[in-house]
Amino acid sequence: MTRENLVNILLAVALLAAPLAANALGQAFYVTLATRIAILALAALGLNLALGLGGLVSFGHAAFFGIGGYAAGILAAHGFSGEPILFGLPGTVQMPVIWLVAVFTAAVVALLIGAISLRTSGVYFIMITLAFAQMVYYFAVSWPAYGGEDGLSVLVRNQFPGLNTMVPLNFFLICYVILLVAIALFALIRASRFGAALQAARQNEIRVATIGIGPFRIRLTAFVLSATITALAGALYADLNRFVSPSMLSWHMSGELIVLVILGGVGRLFGPVAGAALYVAFEFALGSLTEYWQFVLGLILLGTVLFVRGGLLGLFAGKARHG
Amino acid sequence: MDKVMAEPVLQINELVKNFGALRATDGVTLDLRPGEIHALIGPNGAGKSTLIHQICGTLRQDSGTIRLAGVDIGALSTADRARRGLGRTFQVSSLVSEFSALRNVMLAVQAKQATSFGFFRPVMRDVSLIEPAMAILERLGLAHRARLPAAELSHGERRQLEIAITLALQPKAFLLDEPMAGMGLEGSKALTLFLDGLRQEAPILLVEHDMDAVFTLADRVSVLVYGRIIATGTAGEIRRDPAVRTAYLGDRA
Amino acid sequence: MTFALALEQLLNGLQLGVMLFLMAAGLTLIFGVMGLINLAHGSLYMVGAFACAAVAAWTGSFWLGLAASLACAAAAGAVVELVVIRRLYDRDHLDQVLATFALILIFSEGTRWLFGSFPLYLDIPPLLQGAVQLPGGGEYPIYRLAIIAIGALVAVGLYVLIGRTRLGMRIRAGESDREMIGALGVDIRTLYTVVFALGSALAGLSGALVGATQSVQVGMGEPILILCFVVIVIGGIGSIKGALLGALLVGICDTMGRFLLPQLIALLLPPAQAGMVGGAVSSMLIYVVMALVLAVKPRGLFPPAHV
Ligand SMILES: Nc1ncnc2c1ncn2[C@@H]1O[C@H](COP(=O)(O)OP(=O)(O)OP(=O)(O)O)[C@@H](O)[C@H]1O
Ligand SMILES: [Mg+2]
Repeated sequence: MTRENLVNILLAVALLAAPLAANALGQAFYVTLATRIAILALAALGLNLALGLGGLVSFGHAAFFGIGGYAAGILAAHGFSGEPILFGLPGTVQMPVIWLVAVFTAAVVALLIGAISLRTSGVYFIMITLAFAQMVYYFAVSWPAYGGEDGLSVLVRNQFPGLNTMVPLNFFLICYVILLVAIALFALIRASRFGAALQAARQNEIRVATIGIGPFRIRLTAFVLSATITALAGALYADLNRFVSPSMLSWHMSGELIVLVILGGVGRLFGPVAGAALYVAFEFALGSLTEYWQFVLGLILLGTVLFVRGGLLGLFAGKARHG
Repeated sequence: MDKVMAEPVLQINELVKNFGALRATDGVTLDLRPGEIHALIGPNGAGKSTLIHQICGTLRQDSGTIRLAGVDIGALSTADRARRGLGRTFQVSSLVSEFSALRNVMLAVQAKQATSFGFFRPVMRDVSLIEPAMAILERLGLAHRARLPAAELSHGERRQLEIAITLALQPKAFLLDEPMAGMGLEGSKALTLFLDGLRQEAPILLVEHDMDAVFTLADRVSVLVYGRIIATGTAGEIRRDPAVRTAYLGDRA
Repeated sequence: MTFALALEQLLNGLQLGVMLFLMAAGLTLIFGVMGLINLAHGSLYMVGAFACAAVAAWTGSFWLGLAASLACAAAAGAVVELVVIRRLYDRDHLDQVLATFALILIFSEGTRWLFGSFPLYLDIPPLLQGAVQLPGGGEYPIYRLAIIAIGALVAVGLYVLIGRTRLGMRIRAGESDREMIGALGVDIRTLYTVVFALGSALAGLSGALVGATQSVQVGMGEPILILCFVVIVIGGIGSIKGALLGALLVGICDTMGRFLLPQLIALLLPPAQAGMVGGAVSSMLIYVVMALVLAVKPRGLFPPAHV
């Protein structure tokens, strides 16, 4: 077993063991903290597919995170009130249905945003994804039906067949299982033909085109896949907080997602988990010390970028290996 | 059928390309016929690589047509042209540097199979990719280096890997941009022998500064100077051509 | 809709465009010369606004505040360049994004630390208070006209600076060929610091000018930064001319869109819905414009020749 695999297994076990222990000790707060880690890790995992494997520096993934969140919030609001959404379509409080809608909506939006943004590259791509996410943000802010700037509450956490989702541990387990499934999918994709083409296009676009693989379609597919995973995380996040607001769509959120990926280690299987754990731990530990914890976070982040290459997993699991 | 009469595989007509005030390709007309090696020679900066780039679509021509097997490919993307049967190497090796030699060739095999949208089956357990790729590496004597990242191969090995990749594409025409560059005497000799056999698989447009190789291999030679073809003919004709002697070979003859 | 109202909106659009240009010019110059994407440009805008507000409150003079905004933003820019940015020139864009994102956190929280979370207010100087009559009957604040004038002056100044001076020549050389200018014996590190400080000063100036029309608060630079990204993406990254035209296009589209679109939509929909749809659609307008421009010209209206 490689050192990276060992670290990965440790991370997976720790992320499960900590909330189980906290639950046994009656510390529900820590279960919620672990849930937050799992969900943010899932969101970052989505981004890692585009950013880590494809080299697509999307500064607009908050759009998909927020779309997932609003899908959950809007469906739940209608499911709760019984009013149809549009054309007699009903809302729902069933998580699996909500997830499907979140994933599908994000896929459609990502297809549109990706089709335009991927015509460009480099800084243009960064700025354009940012701008499109901002467009979605302003749309949410100025559309009053679902709370506008104030956001939208999810009165009762949505349901999952056979589980009481109001029990924090149950909801954690749902998120944890989804995270593990997503990690497994990520691993499969990375090792697949598609993954090979995507990673090759990151390293040498012209080479890939010259052997007859169009980088555009590969990247667009990756971008859409990536968006759907992040949107799923957004839907879960709405249920965790029982609240959605434009802040989920803000560019700050996009930045944070990139930070999670980088803190953990770009392109690493468990990088997002390590990044999210570190981030939430910072937020919790520093946040209890000072109101201005983001100042310290900024310094740490700056130090990481300038002096520590390869992120947390780079530090503990050695250099990334490529087949 | 007589070679000369056969329908050309690749037909370039009146191609023009300007870089600002510089006319890098100046009305080039050229063809590549089944079974032949057509060498393209000319001094540094003559526009040889620029021509290859336009044929492959990494540069767009300003005017003129490019036909492959009778079909106009001049407006297609690089990837589409490759799928239709162009296999090229780069003057400066262009590889997927973090991938092993094997995976570089496997990627080309995968491209040839037109199956890059498989999401679940791991490539490293896929014999339909590994076996053909290994066979090609063996053919070029690179099998013992198969697991090494492309970035760690020697210069000569990288040149050979470029050729291995084009072989995996089984193209209708090979476009080789200075494959011998920096290969050393032994390497050049081995490669000359290899290319000699390769023309049976598909014709080769060979850009090369190594005159020994050119005059050994080429069925026809075209001479490009300042973006223009100043002569085309057999090796013997080119050697005797007075215009070529003054413009290009003059200092060697 | 009256003519006066439309003229007023047009002037507002022009004013927004001019402010955007002050910001975007610095951004695009920094990218053109150093190849750096700087998210923290909005923080320098904020620094300028706070410096102006603080100094104006202390001395009672808006003009001293304005001078302070230029000086503080330039100094902050120079320090940031010396300490952080110069380590980023040969990094990839991802590292640049992250490091400058970190700078935003540091600047924003640092400012909150110093000044608290409550917004500051900045009064318009007496000289520029009041309004002028517009043809058609409306009135327009003198201060806003002054902003337009200052913006136009800076645009001309930049044009002269880059086109006619030694510094400008070096900047242009730096844009097209870094080795060349090194070989010419120009100290490229100093040049970069100067360019960065210049861009920062422009951002600070625009922050101070806008600060007097709105409130001065933490995070004020971020919405405008993103508009500037739209501007330079439309204009072509690295092109000052593109930044100018992009800024005017975005400023006028945004303002006129917010003014006209709801009225247009009111013709089609019942009033209650028209307000909602109109507001949402007009807030998205410039992004649609950006998408359209990119669909036709993926590298913007005036793509720089090199790269
Ligand atoms: N992208 C470009 N932009 C501007 N000029 C270019 C570009 N590419 C090539 N050139 C110029 O076009 C001319 C032809 O270049 P090209 O690389 O095709 O020459 P070549 O015949 O392949 O030379 P060599 O034998 O050195 O490889 C040269 O003068 C070169 O400087
Ligand atoms: Mg060449």
